[in-house]
Amino acid sequence: MKIGVYVCECGINIASMVNMEKVVEFAKDLPNVAIARWYKFMCSDPGQETIQKDVKEMELDRVIVAACSPRMHEPTFRGTVEKVGMNPYCFEMVNIREQNSWVHTSREEATKKAMTLIAGAVSRAALLEPLTRTKVGVTPQAMVIGGGIAGIQAALDIAGNGFKVYLVEKSPTIGGRMAQLDKTFPTLDCSACILTPKMSDVGRNPNIVLLPNTDVIKVEGYVGNFKITIRKNATFVIPDKCNACGDCADICPVIKPNEFDMGMSPRRAIYIPFPQAVPNKYVIDEAACIKCGLCKKVCEPEAIDLDLLPQEEILEIGAVVMASGYDIFDAGAAEFYGYGRYENVIDGLQMERLFSSFGPTLGDVVTIADTTKHPKKIAFIHCVGSRSLQEGFNPYCSRVCCMYLIKQARLYKEKHPEAECILFYMDIRAFGKGFEEFYCATQSQPGVRFIRGRVAEIYENPDKTLTIRAEDTLLDRPLELDFDLVVLGVGLVPKKDLLELSRLFNLSRSPDGFLMEAHPKLRPNDTFTDGVFLAGCVQAPKDIPDTVAQASGAAVKACGILSQSFLEIEPIVSFVDEAKCRGCGFCVEVCPYTAIELKEVNKFGHIVLVASVNEALCKGCGSCNAVCLSGAIEQRHFKDNQILAIISTFTKGGI
Amino acid sequence: MSKEEVPKDFEPNIVAFLCNWCSYAGADLAGTSRIKYPPNVKIIRVMCSSRINPLFVVNALQQGADGVLISGCHIGDCHYIYGNYYTRRRFAVLRELLKYVGIDPKRFRLSWVSASEGSRWAEVITEIVNDIKKLGPFKKFQRVLAK
Repeated sequence: MKIGVYVCECGINIASMVNMEKVVEFAKDLPNVAIARWYKFMCSDPGQETIQKDVKEMELDRVIVAACSPRMHEPTFRGTVEKVGMNPYCFEMVNIREQNSWVHTSREEATKKAMTLIAGAVSRAALLEPLTRTKVGVTPQAMVIGGGIAGIQAALDIAGNGFKVYLVEKSPTIGGRMAQLDKTFPTLDCSACILTPKMSDVGRNPNIVLLPNTDVIKVEGYVGNFKITIRKNATFVIPDKCNACGDCADICPVIKPNEFDMGMSPRRAIYIPFPQAVPNKYVIDEAACIKCGLCKKVCEPEAIDLDLLPQEEILEIGAVVMASGYDIFDAGAAEFYGYGRYENVIDGLQMERLFSSFGPTLGDVVTIADTTKHPKKIAFIHCVGSRSLQEGFNPYCSRVCCMYLIKQARLYKEKHPEAECILFYMDIRAFGKGFEEFYCATQSQPGVRFIRGRVAEIYENPDKTLTIRAEDTLLDRPLELDFDLVVLGVGLVPKKDLLELSRLFNLSRSPDGFLMEAHPKLRPNDTFTDGVFLAGCVQAPKDIPDTVAQASGAAVKACGILSQSFLEIEPIVSFVDEAKCRGCGFCVEVCPYTAIELKEVNKFGHIVLVASVNEALCKGCGSCNAVCLSGAIEQRHFKDNQILAIISTFTKGGI
Repeated sequence: MSKEEVPKDFEPNIVAFLCNWCSYAGADLAGTSRIKYPPNVKIIRVMCSSRINPLFVVNALQQGADGVLISGCHIGDCHYIYGNYYTRRRFAVLRELLKYVGIDPKRFRLSWVSASEGSRWAEVITEIVNDIKKLGPFKKFQRVLAK
C-alpha cells in the first residue's frame, strides 16, 4: 500500500493558519505514506499534474488531498486520479480550510488539528475499496417548475435544444410576476410587450407541454430518471372546448378581488386572470364558486363541467429546473406604515398595477381613497421589511426595490410633471448595467427629491392624506411632510410553499429561506440534488436580466443531462454479505427507498431468507448498515472498518 | 467517590459525526463565514446521520474521546426522507444506556444543524467544548488493550 498525501496552501487561506512544513513532515511518517508534499494551489493544473505524475511514477495506491471541503473539490480530484488510471474512490479528501483554517484562531492548534485529520484520512484510505459507477439511461425530458419569466426562458431554451419540456405552473396562467409589472428599469421597456410574445411562444412550442393549475406532489427517482407525480387541479372548465368568449364571467354572481391586480379590481368566481393569459382559458375558483350553474347554462361550447376532479399523473423526467419565483414582503408586518389601515398606503406591486395599461385604472395613477384624484405628492419608502434585524423582517437586500421605486417616481413625473415625488432611502443600490445613469437622470428631475433617512411613522389625516414623520440623516433634522399617496418599496421573500417544494426535491435553503445553490460563486445554477437546477428568484432576489441569464444557464445544465445517452451514478450503495445475513429484515424496515427485500437462497441445503439490495433504488444513506446486528449489510465507501479506523486515529490521545 | 480535579489546561478531544447534506454543509458555512470556534472537535463525515451506529459512540469513548457529537438535518428535512428519525430514536436509547453505565450524558450530544446554520454550528461546538471542559478528561470507560 502506497499513499500520497498532498497538502494545499490555498494561497494563504490555509497556509496562514497551518504550518505546511510541519504537517507534511508529520504525514511522511504515517503508516503506508510513500510521499507527502505541499503546494500553493493543489487544484490548479500544476498541482493536479504533480499528483498525476506521482501516481504514475511511484505507483501510488491511494491519494489524499488536504485542502478545502470535499463538497467543493472532491469531484475535481477524483477526476485527477481517474485520468491516470486510479479508481476515483481510492481518493480521500481532508477538509482543512472550511473546517479548520477558517474557523480557528491559533496557528498551533490549527496545525495540530490538520495533522489529526490527515492521520485519520491515512488510516481510512488504506481501507478504501475501488468502486465502479453503474450506468443508467436518461429520460430525455425536462420539467420546469414555475411559469414566470425564469421558467418561460428555461423552458424555451430547453425546448429549443430539441427536448420535451413539461412546464408546471400553479396558477391558471404563465407570466408570473413580470406580467404584473408595467415598465422595466432602467430602459423603460414595457414589461408586457417583451413578455407576452415569449408567453405565446411557450403556448405554441411543440416541445413544451404547458401544465397550468398544476402542483408537484411527489418526487421519486434520481438524476436522469425522476418519476414526478403531478396533480392537475380541477378548473371545472374543459380547456379544449373553452373559446375564452367571457359569457360565463358576465353572468357569474360571485365577485372576488382579483389577485393579479393585487386585489384592486374585481373578478368573478369564473375568470381569466388577465386578457393576455396563456393559456387563454377561463377557470373556476373552487373556493369562491357557489355552484349555481349559471355559467354552465350560458356556455355555448359546453366547456363547463362542475363535476370535474383533480387528476394525478406520473411523469418521467431527466432533469428539473426550479423556477417557482418569489412573493413580496407583506407590508402589513411593518405596522408603523399603516399598510392595510390607511387606504392611500400601497405597496410597490400595487403601484405597478396602477401604472399598467391593463390594470384596474387602465394606467391612470390615482389615489385609492378618491379615484378621481391624481396624487400631487407621492412618498416612496425604500427598504420596507428589508435590511432590518427586526423579528419577521429580512436582513438581506432584495436588490430590485431601489430601482423599481426610482422608476415609478420617474414614470409618474413623466405623466404628471407638476407632481412632487419624494424618495426616503437608506442607501441607493444602483448596481446594474445602466442603473446608476438611470438613478442620476431621475435625481436631476425637478420635483424629485431623495431624502436619506427612514420613515418612522405615517399618520392618516381626515382628508385621507398622509403625514410622514422621518429624519433627514444628511441634514440631521426631523421632517414632517404631507402626501397624497405613499408607496412602500417592499422586498422579495421566498414563496410560502417553497419549504414544501424544497423537501420534495431534497433541496437545502439558505438562511434567507431561498433555495441554496451548490456553490455561491461557481455553481449558482446547481443544487446538491443532481439533476435539479435553479433559475431566478427561487435562489435569491434578482432583476429580470439576471433571472433570464440564470434561467438560460439552468437550461444548458439541464440539456447537459438530457443529451447524455447514459449517466454514471454514485456507487456508494449498500451490499449484503449473504453468509452473515440472518434474514431478520431490520434493514428492510428502515430503508426509506424500499431498496432492500428479503429473498430466498439455498444455504447448505436449507432455503433461508437473506436481504438483497436493489442498487438502482439505493441512495446510499447507510441506515441499514447501522441497524444490522450481524454486520451483514454494509454501505460501500462508508464501511464499518473504514469509519472505525478514523475513530481510533482521532481518539489516540488526540495526537 | 470523590470528584476528580479537572486539570487546568485540559483540552477535550471530541469526535463528531456529521451528515453530508445538512450539518457538514453547515460546518462548511461556518468556515466560509469565518465564524470562530474551538479546535477540539474532529469531524467524520457520513452521508446520513442514520448511518451512525451507536457503537461508534461507545467505541470513541472507549478509545479515549472525551465527548462525542452527532449532528444531522433538522427533523423533517432529512435528505433521505426520514433517516434522522432513526437517529433520534437510536440515540435517545443510547443516552439512557450511557447514563445507566455511569457516563455523564453531557459527554454525548445530538444536535440538528442545517446547511444554512453556520453560526448555529459554531454555537453547538462552543457549548459542547465548554460542557466537557467542566467535566474533565474521560477515563472511566477505556478499553483494556492487550499488550
